[in-house]
Amino acid sequence: MSAEILERLAVEGRRRLYPFRPRVTVGLATCGRAAGAEEVYRRAESEIAVRGLDVSLVPVGCLGWCAREPLVEVWRPGGPRVTFGRVRPEQVAEILHYTATGELGELRPLGHTRADRDLAGAELWGCGELPGPPAGVAPLDELPFFRSQVRLVMRHCGLIDPEDLAEYVACGGYRALERALREGRPENVIGEVERAGLRGRGGAGFPTGRKWRLVRAAAGEEKYLIVNGDEGDPGAYMDRGLLESNPHLVLEGAILAAFAVGARQGLAYIRAEYPLAVERLGRAVEQAREFGLLGERILGSNFSFDLEVVRGAGAFVCGEETALMAAVEGGPGEPRFRPPYPAERGLWGRPTCINNVETLANVPVILNIGAEAYARLGTPGSRGTKIFSLVGDVVNGGLVEVPMGTTLQEILCGIGGGPSRGTRFKAVQTGGPSGGCLPAELFDLPVDYEGLAEVGTIMGSGGLVALSDRTCMVDLARYFLYFTTAESCGKCTPCREGLHQMLAVLERLREGRAAADELEWLAGAAEMVAAVSLCGLGQTAPNPVLTALRYFGEEVRAHLEGRCPAGVCPALTRFVIDAGSCDGCGRCRVECPVEAIEGAAKEAHAIVQERCLRCGLCREVCPTGAVVVA
Amino acid sequence: MGGNGVRKLTVEIDRRKWSGSPGATVLEAAAELGITIPTLCHHPGLGPYGACRLCLVEVRAGPKTGLAASCTLPVEEGMVVATDTEVVRRARKFVLELLAARPGCREVVARLAAEWGMDFEGRFARNGTASGPAGCVLCGRCVRACARVGAHAIAFAGRGVGRHVTPPFGRPPESCAGCGACAFVCPTGAAALKLTAAGVALPAWQAEVEWVRCAACGAPAGPPAALELPHGRGALCSRCRRRASIEGI
Repeated sequence: MSAEILERLAVEGRRRLYPFRPRVTVGLATCGRAAGAEEVYRRAESEIAVRGLDVSLVPVGCLGWCAREPLVEVWRPGGPRVTFGRVRPEQVAEILHYTATGELGELRPLGHTRADRDLAGAELWGCGELPGPPAGVAPLDELPFFRSQVRLVMRHCGLIDPEDLAEYVACGGYRALERALREGRPENVIGEVERAGLRGRGGAGFPTGRKWRLVRAAAGEEKYLIVNGDEGDPGAYMDRGLLESNPHLVLEGAILAAFAVGARQGLAYIRAEYPLAVERLGRAVEQAREFGLLGERILGSNFSFDLEVVRGAGAFVCGEETALMAAVEGGPGEPRFRPPYPAERGLWGRPTCINNVETLANVPVILNIGAEAYARLGTPGSRGTKIFSLVGDVVNGGLVEVPMGTTLQEILCGIGGGPSRGTRFKAVQTGGPSGGCLPAELFDLPVDYEGLAEVGTIMGSGGLVALSDRTCMVDLARYFLYFTTAESCGKCTPCREGLHQMLAVLERLREGRAAADELEWLAGAAEMVAAVSLCGLGQTAPNPVLTALRYFGEEVRAHLEGRCPAGVCPALTRFVIDAGSCDGCGRCRVECPVEAIEGAAKEAHAIVQERCLRCGLCREVCPTGAVVVA
Repeated sequence: MGGNGVRKLTVEIDRRKWSGSPGATVLEAAAELGITIPTLCHHPGLGPYGACRLCLVEVRAGPKTGLAASCTLPVEEGMVVATDTEVVRRARKFVLELLAARPGCREVVARLAAEWGMDFEGRFARNGTASGPAGCVLCGRCVRACARVGAHAIAFAGRGVGRHVTPPFGRPPESCAGCGACAFVCPTGAAALKLTAAGVALPAWQAEVEWVRCAACGAPAGPPAALELPHGRGALCSRCRRRASIEGI
């Protein structure tokens, strides 16, 4: 009976994904919206209505190439599907013309797609060899951005309407759940996830199968499943991307996890700063309940489970599992000592399985392609794929999914396309405020849990911030400490007071007012805070400082002497215009926010030092590189 | 196996053997061996908290080696712990110096350090004023005691260095019973109980609680919540209550 419901949904979903009329999709996840996709969508909507076109216009999630948003895809019956990037509202008319006629005119698509696959990798749709691609349009998956990616978890992000259950089912959704419930052996599900080698994707990397086993074995009838959606690292938005683009994938993973551990109730704790993710997941939960995928006797089985979406309230520390549970219980978000671990005594004192959003999204993938196929990807200690948010001074920023073990070089240069600012990559920051900076010399490092830990950083939740030589490592370490001191709950002494004192030293360093013995203290304090703090926030917050000292010691010491080599710290920087290189174009004068640059057209310009803020904008816009650090 | 079939385990603390039931903490085991470890946030009546990070010890062998807070560290078979090594002393000194830098805390922390025979130099000052009562080291004992007593009149507010203990919205707490449990457990005297003409005051929370007067002698007898008596005798101060029970009134 349950298989029938899914089959009917799949048929309906396939009809919507590949209808008898053209389907135009607009990426409307937060990345798309930030780039102006809402206006593109509205324009398309009104043009379609005005012209009376028979076109299916569908809002979708994030394709992953966020640097090219707004992204619009056009699928004409029979295919291929053509992708347009950086779409402006003025281009909508041309795109709709292409949709109706197949004529590209002046349009330059990013690429085209000839086939889609479902969760198990089986072909969902393919247009074979015919018709050929529009002239000069490369296959999307051969572009440098996509070529080395292995998009298993993000496969249907940007393809399906995130608010359409049928489209998810058409892609193979809920098959794994149906099979698992039909077999009725939670042990099998745990075994599959264990054999796949899945490790927690939220940062700690704890083996997921082992955690499930512990919760299953824990004493007590009442157990809970918590989805940790409190993704807080600045620049990391993998979980947001998944929740906004394919919430049912996460939900199916959560239901499978609950089945595996024996939980009857669950909740998804999503940070309040992700309103679209909260809305989409909430809608997915409603739809799941409607179709018997959540609630009593799921899909006609003996297993009952329901889930509630709960919002966070603006605390980074609530990503830490014990602080999260404290917040859910109605108290302030403060961590507890462990042991006891949540698997034994968690929410309301009961065994609780807490899993990260991305971790859960991997579960239906593993059950569909099989543990062996999943485990073939990645490295022996870190199997499968990982989604990274590639941000910062990189050309192709976005959400990229690669097998574990892919090198930083491949991610930053191959996929990322190199630096977008300055003259070269200087470093990459991994793991957010809990991680550290690795210099460009280490970019041939394969990315996996152990490899990154060995060089002093962590994978964390997957944030990768590319840093050009326009970055000052002291300033960056200061930024992260500013973040962690603001987010420290304040319960334990070393984190609350120690980070505060460390920040004070970095502030003085930035102003050229620090003494050498303070730097010595800083190094020792960083080790101490890491060693004696109560929770992961304090234990890892010193990492940016530790790696700055380890890999950029010279640059740090320069600040003791009152120099900022990167030309960032305002008190230690002076910009001057090299008259020999300046061609008098005047761009710097126009861009300067405080009118601190003077010069006549075509004549060498000069900076009025007393007015200059050291913001560096002139250096960014100068076409001849005439603005230099004095 | 110990008596009653309860599993016993053995750990080594400062080269001495302790044997006891699982569920004990290293702090408790050490105390049984007569080894004192300095603590601030710990109180036997309040359950482990693990916030001050003063009770650090070095775990030489065990599930996880390195520094750990002994008040929340469960004993495990075969664990080897050292409570007074160079590493431990440096870590405790680090914690104390940070606490001493809190506005208004230097003297009080120096006094505690002296009591524990710990040496420290007050190397930092922290600018600004701290919210909350002067001399508070945020050990949380008052908050936990108040919750335990059932009044919930004070709690933590704020985040990071802004964290402080306060009644709700910074106003004199309505649910304060004037029991003085907070003052009783405070290690620094930041929370102190003062007797007034009408009852008691806790200046740290701007709390003033009028004590009920003794129905027999008229002296302040105690906070209303503590003096509800089942026999309808009315509130009696402790002296009159003793006399009443002797004389069978």
